[in-house]
Amino acid sequence: MATTQERVESQVLAPAGERTEKYRSLRSDVWRQFKRHKGAVAGLILMALIVLAVVVGPLVWPPDPYAIDTTVANQGPSADHPFGTDNLGRDLLARSLIGGRISLSVGFAAMLVGLILGTAVGVIAGFFRRLDGPLMRVTDLFLALPILPLLLVVVMLFREPLKQSFGEELGIFLLVVVIIGATSWMTTARVVRGDVLSIKEKEFVLAAQSIGTRKRNVIMRHIIPNTMSPVMVSAALGVAGAIITESALSFLGLGFPASFPTWGRLVFDGRNYLHLNPAWILAPGALISLTVMSVNFIGDGIRDALDPKLRSR
Amino acid sequence: MSTETLSGGAAAPPRAREVMVDVKGLKKHFPIMKGVFRRQVGAVKAVDGVSFEIYRGETLGLVGESGSGKSTTGRVILQLDQVTEGTILFEGHDLTQLHGEDLRSLRPRMQMVFQDPHASLNPRMTVGSIIGEPLSEHRQGSSDERQQRIGELLSLVGLEPKHANRYPHEFSGGQRQRIGIARAIALNPDFIVCDEPIAALDVSIQAQVVNLLENLQDVLGLTYLFISHDLSMIRHIADRVAVMYLGKIMELADVDVLYNDPKHPYTKALLSAVPVPDPEVESARKRVILEGDIPSPANPPPGCVFNTRCPIAQERCSLEVPVFRELTPGRWVACHFAE
Repeated sequence: MATTQERVESQVLAPAGERTEKYRSLRSDVWRQFKRHKGAVAGLILMALIVLAVVVGPLVWPPDPYAIDTTVANQGPSADHPFGTDNLGRDLLARSLIGGRISLSVGFAAMLVGLILGTAVGVIAGFFRRLDGPLMRVTDLFLALPILPLLLVVVMLFREPLKQSFGEELGIFLLVVVIIGATSWMTTARVVRGDVLSIKEKEFVLAAQSIGTRKRNVIMRHIIPNTMSPVMVSAALGVAGAIITESALSFLGLGFPASFPTWGRLVFDGRNYLHLNPAWILAPGALISLTVMSVNFIGDGIRDALDPKLRSR
Repeated sequence: MSTETLSGGAAAPPRAREVMVDVKGLKKHFPIMKGVFRRQVGAVKAVDGVSFEIYRGETLGLVGESGSGKSTTGRVILQLDQVTEGTILFEGHDLTQLHGEDLRSLRPRMQMVFQDPHASLNPRMTVGSIIGEPLSEHRQGSSDERQQRIGELLSLVGLEPKHANRYPHEFSGGQRQRIGIARAIALNPDFIVCDEPIAALDVSIQAQVVNLLENLQDVLGLTYLFISHDLSMIRHIADRVAVMYLGKIMELADVDVLYNDPKHPYTKALLSAVPVPDPEVESARKRVILEGDIPSPANPPPGCVFNTRCPIAQERCSLEVPVFRELTPGRWVACHFAE
């Protein structure tokens, strides 16, 4: 796309005289600014390493994450088991790597669900005055819902049907993602609604209206891009929150079955052995923290890079 | 009635004047809601029954102090706000009765230049896409042609085509206002509402922007409704002037007639506040000082809205609403005592 525009530009502007400024596409501008944010780049590298580790790691690291060997139970870090072993002698590095796949995918997928739902509700509530009241009351309702009893009911109702139609792993994955997404969109919706309320009164929205821009385009072109800052922040926090909620769900036996070693599951299993084997919770705990931190940095970087005012040149 | 259009060879010769916009009995009331049940307890009468005509090729100046309803009038004419009452005929189409696509298809013919050049441009869009938005919304030309047109428009308003890739915050206030003007003329409109286009600019830049607007009027044959509180600027740019006070028009006349011989006491007071760039005249200038503030449009005084501050008010003024009448052809006043 950039190349066609570049071509058009040079055709159009060549006769107009000196063309000192090169055409810059939005994407390259954003990337250039993103690269300037040191924290964001560090976060991106860290994130890439974690993703690479959980994707490639299980193929490279030989021990079977499910193989029980009680002769080596509850060991600290060693050359054979860099992260130590759990109470059944299973290798924690292998378990962390395989578990990270689930934790990360749940984290990102649930964040996306919550973000899209929250942004949609927030934008619609803020933009259409008539829907504001009803949608915000629904948001209040979700905020006021006692989440745990709700989760119990939802899992009871939908676990088996989903398992049957999508298979055990995918069925539970969908269930967990939807549950976390559906219970985490409210703050995003409220923040976005507040922003939309102020943005839609700006003169550039009025200008779009006087041009005859359709409502859909006003929202997509003028409203949503200007609400990106809070959305990026809640996205970053959303990943962290989703990973932690998934841990809590696993702990309650509502998420993935005990045999799936997600990071949260590892931490909760290890906490009973804290005095015997503190290394058990260290590795998955550190992985959760590192992921959350790098996502936060990346979110910061994207937010800044998307704001043309901060994109100095 | 010897209006020479200041802009020289504008579209219409002075005599054979064609009405482009005809506003009749326009009212815009904003409801005031109160209480648990959000019942309407009153209304802010921002515009309360104004009527005027705008002729093709002319500039109608609309002056008044803050809160007199000038901007609301402009917005309502362009249907950016719903009217409460009245009709707005734009070349025979009653805009108040048009909705959806019918109204949208007329939008390209009438545009607006906004007051605050910092708020009227989307900070997340490049200048090229801001100016190109009206073109792509109304599907004018291919993508290549649109790029070409954006370059032309930028040159027309005194910027360079290469600026299309930049963002609004990289420009000064005057340049941003030029971008706003380029957006407004992108669709070749006939009628432009200029809502205090120079109020937010430096004095040194104001003249440039006004000259640009005048040049564009000559080149493109535009008709302006020029809203401002700057009396000197209105005198410079307008062909006819309407003076607003508290949602009503007090006086409407050709610019020279109005400035040389104001009939309404409010117009007299306003004009007496304009400094004259001649020390002798300036020292001899008599000022009519108005007491108090403009009353609340939620609770306008009975009778003539100006009676609370009028130096020549009598009992009749607080009882009877003065008729907006044509004193001599083309010269309208709303005062019991004007003659």
